[in-house]
Amino acid sequence: MAKIKFTLNDEIRTIDVQPNEILLDVLRDKLGTKSPKCGCDRGDCGACAVLLNGKSVRSCLVFAIEVDGQEIRTLEGISQPKLTKLQETFIELNSFQCGYCAPGVIISATELLEHNPHPDLEEIKEALSGNLCRCTGYTPIFDAIMKVSRKEKK
Amino acid sequence: MAVAHDFEYFRPQTLKETFRLLSEYKDKARLLAGGTDLAVYIKEDLEHPDAVIDLKHIAELKKFEISADSVFIGAGVTFSELLDSLKLKKDYLLLWESARSVASVGIRNRATLTGNICSAVPCMDSAPALLCYDAVVHLESGRSARQVPVSKWWLAPRRTAIKTGEIVVGVSFNKPKGKHVGCYLKLGRYGGEDLAQAGLGLLVTDKQEYRVAFSAVGPVPTRAQKIEKLLNGKALSPALIEKAKALLPSEISPISDIRSSKDYRLHMCQIMLERGLKACVDRLNGKKVDTQRLLGG
Repeated sequence: MAKIKFTLNDEIRTIDVQPNEILLDVLRDKLGTKSPKCGCDRGDCGACAVLLNGKSVRSCLVFAIEVDGQEIRTLEGISQPKLTKLQETFIELNSFQCGYCAPGVIISATELLEHNPHPDLEEIKEALSGNLCRCTGYTPIFDAIMKVSRKEKK
Repeated sequence: MAVAHDFEYFRPQTLKETFRLLSEYKDKARLLAGGTDLAVYIKEDLEHPDAVIDLKHIAELKKFEISADSVFIGAGVTFSELLDSLKLKKDYLLLWESARSVASVGIRNRATLTGNICSAVPCMDSAPALLCYDAVVHLESGRSARQVPVSKWWLAPRRTAIKTGEIVVGVSFNKPKGKHVGCYLKLGRYGGEDLAQAGLGLLVTDKQEYRVAFSAVGPVPTRAQKIEKLLNGKALSPALIEKAKALLPSEISPISDIRSSKDYRLHMCQIMLERGLKACVDRLNGKKVDTQRLLGG
């Protein structure tokens, strides 16, 4: 057992982990941070995405012990103190159906908009190519991100 | 998913410390860079290391230098970091396009070029570019250092020339002489994230030198030397391209698997060769070519 200390959504957390514990499991089961979801469990579907030092990673492919001293941000952190413009637009356009992919999609789209506030449709598709959604056919998700992209431009 | 297998975790800050750990654990140690392959192998019970050595905090391995005539990419450099380099995009577009083809953003933020060539999966996206640039793999063991040309690096699927106790510290290559262009074409089942059914790297110079390399259509990625020999010193013509395509069955050995059949792969490699060569000539003539569009949606 090793003690790790890291920043989770602006709070410093200290926790004991085994080297073989996966970050996704530790976030969900030990720290109660339930937004990252387990989908494929092998890095293909993007449902478990979190921001590690500002970059999106697959938390199912990270050992929790690796994040000692690092900074993690999940949807819980992004949603504070209030929902972002992107999240409001997802709600407004009814972009999600079952919602299982939503935390991962929001992580990827947030990362994209931070680096490129006015992406075009191709750039949005590329940024979200690692996020699988089985309900929507993606169109309402792309529409919302495009709307934010255009709105920011004015 | 809980991981059944136990291991010890180490986070060395220097190469020296890493070599000491490697000499202690020998072949029971696994090196962890981005972990996008290793974590899967451990979770799926394909790898059972006693020790996992995390290389992400070794400053020496983060070296990434593009000088006037050469490039060095340290073992800790991720695909996202390669993509962020405008210099790489300008002078080494073939490698840049290969990096762009790797999985998705969330994987590229962690996965390293060195990790890609060490995992040695036959469909790796980085191989054709490194073969075309005649890249060299830099290995160190603490007691000695050696370099292996990338053409001799892959021995079989998932097997490389690395020896127990060694680590790959990086990959380097020289800038091809004269004006050169390149492109990477990846055949996937759809436009988004997928493993390659076939990968083709092309490098063409204004002196009519052609370098052609394939991945995913043989046990290890290779240069297509017969095709290169045929093309070198000649201007491309439809007849010459047809001759090059006819040589393909003797250059590659695709298999049928879940992603496509042998015949389909061979057929598509011929199409990729034709469109890729034409795209390179267009680029040499200063035309803009979107290689992601060359094989359709």
